[in-house]
Amino acid sequence: MNSLKPMRFIGAILFTAIPCTAILGLTFVAGFTATVSAQDEPLVGPKPHVVVKPMESHIGNITGHAADAKSDYRRYCAGCHGEYGDANGENAVWLDPKPRDFTTATFKCRSTLTGTLPTDQDLFNSIGRGFANSNMPIWNVFTKQQRANLVAYIKIFSPRWEHEKAGEPIKIPAEPPVTIESISHGQALFAKLECWKCHGTHGEGDGPSASTLTDSKDNPIRPYNFASGGKDARFKCGSTNEDIYKIFMTGVDGTPMPSFADVIQPNEAWDLVHFLRTLQVNRHGKENEVLMAAHGVIPPYVDRTPAPAAAPPDNKTPGGGQ
Amino acid sequence: MRTNQMLLAFLTLLVCSSMMCPSLMFAGTVSGKVTYTGTPAHQKPIDMSKEPSCAKQHATPISTETVVTGANNALDNVVVYVSSGATDEGQVPTQAITYTQKGCQYIPHVLPMHVNQEFDILNDDQTSHNIHPLPKVNTEWNKSQPPGTPPIKEKYDKPEFIEVKCNIHPWMHGWFVVLKTSHYDLSKDGGDFKLPNLPPGKYTITAWHEKYGTQTADVTITGNETKDVNFTFKATAY
Repeated sequence: MNSLKPMRFIGAILFTAIPCTAILGLTFVAGFTATVSAQDEPLVGPKPHVVVKPMESHIGNITGHAADAKSDYRRYCAGCHGEYGDANGENAVWLDPKPRDFTTATFKCRSTLTGTLPTDQDLFNSIGRGFANSNMPIWNVFTKQQRANLVAYIKIFSPRWEHEKAGEPIKIPAEPPVTIESISHGQALFAKLECWKCHGTHGEGDGPSASTLTDSKDNPIRPYNFASGGKDARFKCGSTNEDIYKIFMTGVDGTPMPSFADVIQPNEAWDLVHFLRTLQVNRHGKENEVLMAAHGVIPPYVDRTPAPAAAPPDNKTPGGGQ
Repeated sequence: MRTNQMLLAFLTLLVCSSMMCPSLMFAGTVSGKVTYTGTPAHQKPIDMSKEPSCAKQHATPISTETVVTGANNALDNVVVYVSSGATDEGQVPTQAITYTQKGCQYIPHVLPMHVNQEFDILNDDQTSHNIHPLPKVNTEWNKSQPPGTPPIKEKYDKPEFIEVKCNIHPWMHGWFVVLKTSHYDLSKDGGDFKLPNLPPGKYTITAWHEKYGTQTADVTITGNETKDVNFTFKATAY
């Protein structure tokens, strides 16, 4: 009888232990399930496809529709700018400067003030013109309608386009004639506004700060070298004198180039444009002709604006003394 | 009927005033100290030799300000603010706040402000600066400010921690901290901060440091009292 006791004891333990373990196990499973479902499970997997919002663009009498640009964007733009417009296309890693990230809605070439959205015309021009010194080609294979559609398409990537209007284009006064005085004043401005800190004293893009410059995404970036290029050297945002005027008055957003709209008067701005043209030493143009006629020497700038009339001596100043 | 209405109006007034009074009369304060443990990153002296007009303003070269510490492990330049429970959202202060460029340095290094509050950017230097804040949520702009030009007036319409750079002087680095409240303070002079005028209520206080991230604490203010809240950040050498 005694020998049976241990068996009974083990039996009793098993009898109680098995259901307990089962209950514990069930509790554990239930607890585990509860914990998992309580968490915010991230949606893993490939990124969902882009939703093409019904954005529009207006270029003169052409209306562009985002939906009509879907296949063009996929075929011609997504390779660099990415399907999601986030500059993560498969070629992007090989490019310098990097493609534009449309999700930030920050654009380099605008006719509008810094911090504002560009006009549809600005974006339309950018596609047709391409970007000099970058991998963005001149897209003159597109019809105007295709370009207008693409302008509408890139608006789907940032919510800014839904609740913000494009900025007002800056007012550009008529260009005065190129004279050696105008060039001389431009040179004084170039020195005073410290353009040379980045662009260099001869405009060769080798100023003291040049090597440290980064764009807004921390990628290294070079200031424009005016002396590079031949007789038809292009600027990033167009090659006319008016385009140069716009570059420094609106700034090149997303890059270290600031806006000078608050510090340069419209008439002064043209003088700076004329001087900048002389830094393009290989360019054939009116500015270099004027400089040649002056034997290649820019005279020092003399401020000829009439000084404000001196205030009459005030004898009645309190405590003015004898 | 008319008497009843009068009585009801009187009672409503009584109840309302008894409820409103504590929040008007009592104003609690949260104060404390921000400290760190561990070894903070060594701040390197700045070489301003490329900008002599700024270099000569500093008898000894100044250091970077990413981590500014004081005696007894105090941590300065931490923005301490009410991140939840504040009732002043949308009440934009009208007083002017300024961000000054002096000696090729931003003063203050961190500028906290209310959403939509106007602030002035000044250039006290003899050199041009470009002010280039790098927001991700707000709009990015970049403006030149040569010496002697008027202040640049700006504001931000969304809360965000915005890094500020001058591209011409790459060592210049600061922050705009745009908040939905005016209950904020910057820890200074030994890590001290103070958030006065808090009506009774439950608050979450957040402390933000540009390198060491954020910390939060919950506080309940019941009346005219001062609650001590201290924050300790774990400093890393890199």
